[in-house]
Amino acid sequence: MQFMLLFSRQGKLRLQKWYVPLSDKEKKKITRELVQTVLARKPKMCSFLEWRDLKVVYKRYASLYFCCAIENQDNELITLEIIHRYVELLDKYFGSVCELDIIFNFEKAYFILDEFLLGGEAQDTSKKNVLKAIEQADLLRSVPLHGVIQPVSYSAWCELASQHGVNQPVSYSAWCEPASQSVSMV
Amino acid sequence: MPAVSKGDGMRGLAVFISDIRNCKSKEAEIKRINKELANIRSKFKGDKALDGYSKKKYVCKLLFIFLLGHDIDFGHMEAVNLLSSNKYTEKQIGYLFISVLVNSNSELIRLINNAIKNDLSSRNPTFMCLALHCIANVGSREMAEAFAGEIPRILVAGDTMDSVKQSAALCLLRLYKASPDLVLMGEWTSRVVHLLNDQHMGVVTAAISLITCLSSKNPDEFKTCVSLAVSRLSRIVSSASTDLQDYTYYFVPAPWLSCKLLRLLQCYPPPEDGAVKGRLVECLETILNKAQEPPKSKKVQHSNAKNAILFEAISLIIHYDSEPNLLVRACNQLGQFLQHRETNLRYLALESMCTLASSEFSHEAVKTHIETVINALKTERDVSVRQRAADLLYAMCDRSNAKQIVAEMLSYLETADYSIREEMVLKVAILAEKYAVDYSWYVDTILNLIRIAGDYVSEEVWYRVIQIVINRDDVQGYAAKTVFEALQAPACHENMVKVGGYILGEFGNLIAGDPRSSPLVQFNLLHSKFHLCSVPTRALLLSAYIKFINLFPETKATIQEVLRSDSQIRNSDVELQQRAVEYLKLSSIASTDVLATVLEEMPPFPERESSILAKLKKKKGPGAVSVELEDGKERGELNGGGDRGGDAAIAASNASTPSPSADLLGLRSTAPVSGTTPSAGSLLVDVFSEAGPSATSAGVNDDGFLSSAPPTVASEDPAPPLPESDELLNKFVCKNNGVLFENQLLQIGIKSEYRQNLGRMYLFYGNKTSVQFVSFNTTVSCPGELQSQLNVQTKTVEPLVEGGAQVQQVINIECLTDFIDAPLLNIKFRYGGALQNISLKLPVTINKFFQPTEMAAADFFQRWKQLSQPQQEAQKIFKASHGMDTEVLKAKLLGLGTALLENVDPNPENYVCAGVIQTKAQQVGCLLRLEPNAQAQMYRLTLRSSKDTVSQRVCDLLAEQF
Repeated sequence: MQFMLLFSRQGKLRLQKWYVPLSDKEKKKITRELVQTVLARKPKMCSFLEWRDLKVVYKRYASLYFCCAIENQDNELITLEIIHRYVELLDKYFGSVCELDIIFNFEKAYFILDEFLLGGEAQDTSKKNVLKAIEQADLLRSVPLHGVIQPVSYSAWCELASQHGVNQPVSYSAWCEPASQSVSMV
Repeated sequence: MPAVSKGDGMRGLAVFISDIRNCKSKEAEIKRINKELANIRSKFKGDKALDGYSKKKYVCKLLFIFLLGHDIDFGHMEAVNLLSSNKYTEKQIGYLFISVLVNSNSELIRLINNAIKNDLSSRNPTFMCLALHCIANVGSREMAEAFAGEIPRILVAGDTMDSVKQSAALCLLRLYKASPDLVLMGEWTSRVVHLLNDQHMGVVTAAISLITCLSSKNPDEFKTCVSLAVSRLSRIVSSASTDLQDYTYYFVPAPWLSCKLLRLLQCYPPPEDGAVKGRLVECLETILNKAQEPPKSKKVQHSNAKNAILFEAISLIIHYDSEPNLLVRACNQLGQFLQHRETNLRYLALESMCTLASSEFSHEAVKTHIETVINALKTERDVSVRQRAADLLYAMCDRSNAKQIVAEMLSYLETADYSIREEMVLKVAILAEKYAVDYSWYVDTILNLIRIAGDYVSEEVWYRVIQIVINRDDVQGYAAKTVFEALQAPACHENMVKVGGYILGEFGNLIAGDPRSSPLVQFNLLHSKFHLCSVPTRALLLSAYIKFINLFPETKATIQEVLRSDSQIRNSDVELQQRAVEYLKLSSIASTDVLATVLEEMPPFPERESSILAKLKKKKGPGAVSVELEDGKERGELNGGGDRGGDAAIAASNASTPSPSADLLGLRSTAPVSGTTPSAGSLLVDVFSEAGPSATSAGVNDDGFLSSAPPTVASEDPAPPLPESDELLNKFVCKNNGVLFENQLLQIGIKSEYRQNLGRMYLFYGNKTSVQFVSFNTTVSCPGELQSQLNVQTKTVEPLVEGGAQVQQVINIECLTDFIDAPLLNIKFRYGGALQNISLKLPVTINKFFQPTEMAAADFFQRWKQLSQPQQEAQKIFKASHGMDTEVLKAKLLGLGTALLENVDPNPENYVCAGVIQTKAQQVGCLLRLEPNAQAQMYRLTLRSSKDTVSQRVCDLLAEQF
């Protein structure tokens, strides 16, 4: 895999992970181009497209698009499931993940991704093992320094979200529904 | 101690993020960010030492700002400080910042590397993993230099934790991809390969990515992985869905690992060991069988995972291309997917079938799905799927279905998406050319193409149709007629005008007999489009007009009037003005003879790769650089490139038009013989290297010299000439360029030019294989008395011809006196150890030294009578072996090198020609009369010359041509 992008239906980039060396300028250009291309596609279209000399595999979960660029000999279907497994991991960790979780805990989203994919290849595909690694880290994290620290929970963010006047985050089960339900959060 | 909320401990960060999200405008956002940056800057610069928590918080804010798309140029030092913290959360944020905002400051890198080194040797697995993740994320050369030696050790050490092994394997992969020279596996190779046997599936999953990459680069060193991979795969494939616990994904056992194992095997040929191969074939069969079983879950994840394995298995089957049974099963399976309700599966099936179509075992099986694929092209709602369908139609096209496929693609073009039109046009053009049985179909197809999608017809496409029409005399009349009809449409595309202008300018005479397309009608038709066209097209039309003056003297006054008009001769465009002035002058002062010479029909184009194919390759893939070069040359050549020069005025006009492709002036006869430039040579090289032998079949003039097996003669003596060499020689009596010989290994192309008694021939030897020819040696010899009749000089060629490469040889020929036999060309080389020894006749015939002579009827008859001695005449009566089409006959007689005299013979059906054969010793005048009898399908050919041997030889040569 060469890179992975997460962006919203409004085209806001939520996460970017590059597995090949590129300049910032080039990254921005690629992002702009791909976001535009993918957002222009209709719901029932296929999840793969040829783009430059790469293959792009994308899938929409609620308001978020997950988009991976893979090389020509790579397997599209298994890449779709890489995306799904990552969503499952996020969901398990945050408990019904939503776009807001990823915005406010962007660093966690990166940590989880690093435990799952490294250098663009799957490090471990077992959900249990990946989560174990993250949990271990969280255990270390809670070594008291500034009091007891816990990972952010779903309910905590619902609270924060309502404070700031944002809609209820969408639960995981809604993510897995067909995108045509068009749940918007922002 | 700062207050910490129950959140993640970085309330400040959460508040900042909310603030940004609440910004109503971009300006407000930037303002908020700048405020925050100023705040952070002051904190970092402040006298008060920041505690770890604050540092972490601010570094995290910087990271967030950077990820929003703003530049960050500070904070690196604070991040590096965090790295050396022994609190995990701080370290983790420090590493994240470094991974995302890599900085090339060398001092900083030294500090980072130091921190990484400490963590790697900490023996704390979580710290080690963090450090490895950072190396893998950054992957810079500096890091490779520092750690490429250490990481393999961590990877294979017995006491390394599994999670660390996994990170180490992928970290090493990233370093290897970035700096392969720094990652030396050497002593570790076998232990790394044995990770495939590791008990921990996660370790195997990570390690196999590394092994696959290393194997593809050094297959020999890693070849022991094949049997290990097969047995691992076999265990997974035969396991029940619950055996692998958490590695079972939606009832599919270890789909990622299975795909990667199948992918690894694609780095190698089929296993040689029978047992291993048997086990693998069993696995592949099981995977194919499972595809037929009812699904264990309705979830799309289940079917995706299962089919991911299936497609990877099919890729492996295609890669081996040796198991007809599996290939056909794969094809049938894909055939089922073609009608699946999942768009993704239809897309992948079309894509995968494309590669199946190129296997000899499954090509026919793929073809059975043609209707489904055509239907997909018409009905799929997603353009990317339609694109795959078009690709597959292109791949499955062969002689048997070309007409149907081309017709479908043409009709699809009318409604095709703009994004794929250009590529579709190229594909149609290539298929039409490659599988053209009769060239009138080809011309129809291309003209249709221009009509339907004129905007997308690139220069290459219309250049190519002109190349082909010029090189194939049997289609010229038809092309002129068709293009004339196409131009009748009230609105026709400018590309059509270009083709029309060029073709009518060259071959308008072929349809001028019909009063409905008389010269003046043709001219008026072309000129009616003139004002709607762009400058380059107008320039081309002007050249067509001057050609008209030569072809049809009766149009001279009208055309001169047009050229003389202010809108031409005073045109603000300098190129148009210059052409108008020069053509006007040329037409008024030059004698008919000079005009005829200057405006002679374009010589055939040298054989070469279709420029369209090159263009498609350029669109499609890498290696574009060489193709681009090729393109440039091609364009140059198309304008008459190598053959031009001479007349100063026209040379000047050429110089000022680098490419508008408008030059109809092929000044072959006035060109200096030294005007070399067959860049065609280098063009062909690319054909062979990029596309393999199949691409050459796109060449136009392969006159059906079907490949015959190379005669493998053990002796070093030159082999006797091939039995077909006389026939090959006959092909070149009336033309100078083309493919002389072709078999599976070698292609020989010829380009030649003659002036007076001198000739120069370029031979192009193309190696069609991927293996080099060694001891490549060619000799030209003049047997018997030919030695004293011809003087032939050759330059030796390089003894090595690389696979796919082409070498050129120049041969200079001087005709001393008239001759009958042809020089012999012997080619010897070793291919894979076996000596190849081929002898051919070089197509140098006496008529090549003809100089055409124009004369009036009276002169002709006077000379005819002078040559009345019986031995001066040679006559043959023979049956027509080709069609008796007037235009074809004329073209052949002109190709012979003589002048075709009009209005000489009282019977207009007959042809009369005159020419002088130039030899060093003497000039031999030669008169010719050809009387066709259409009813009897017979000819009578009479030759008279001052020398009996010449009469006889020319008569013999020519009699074979009709």
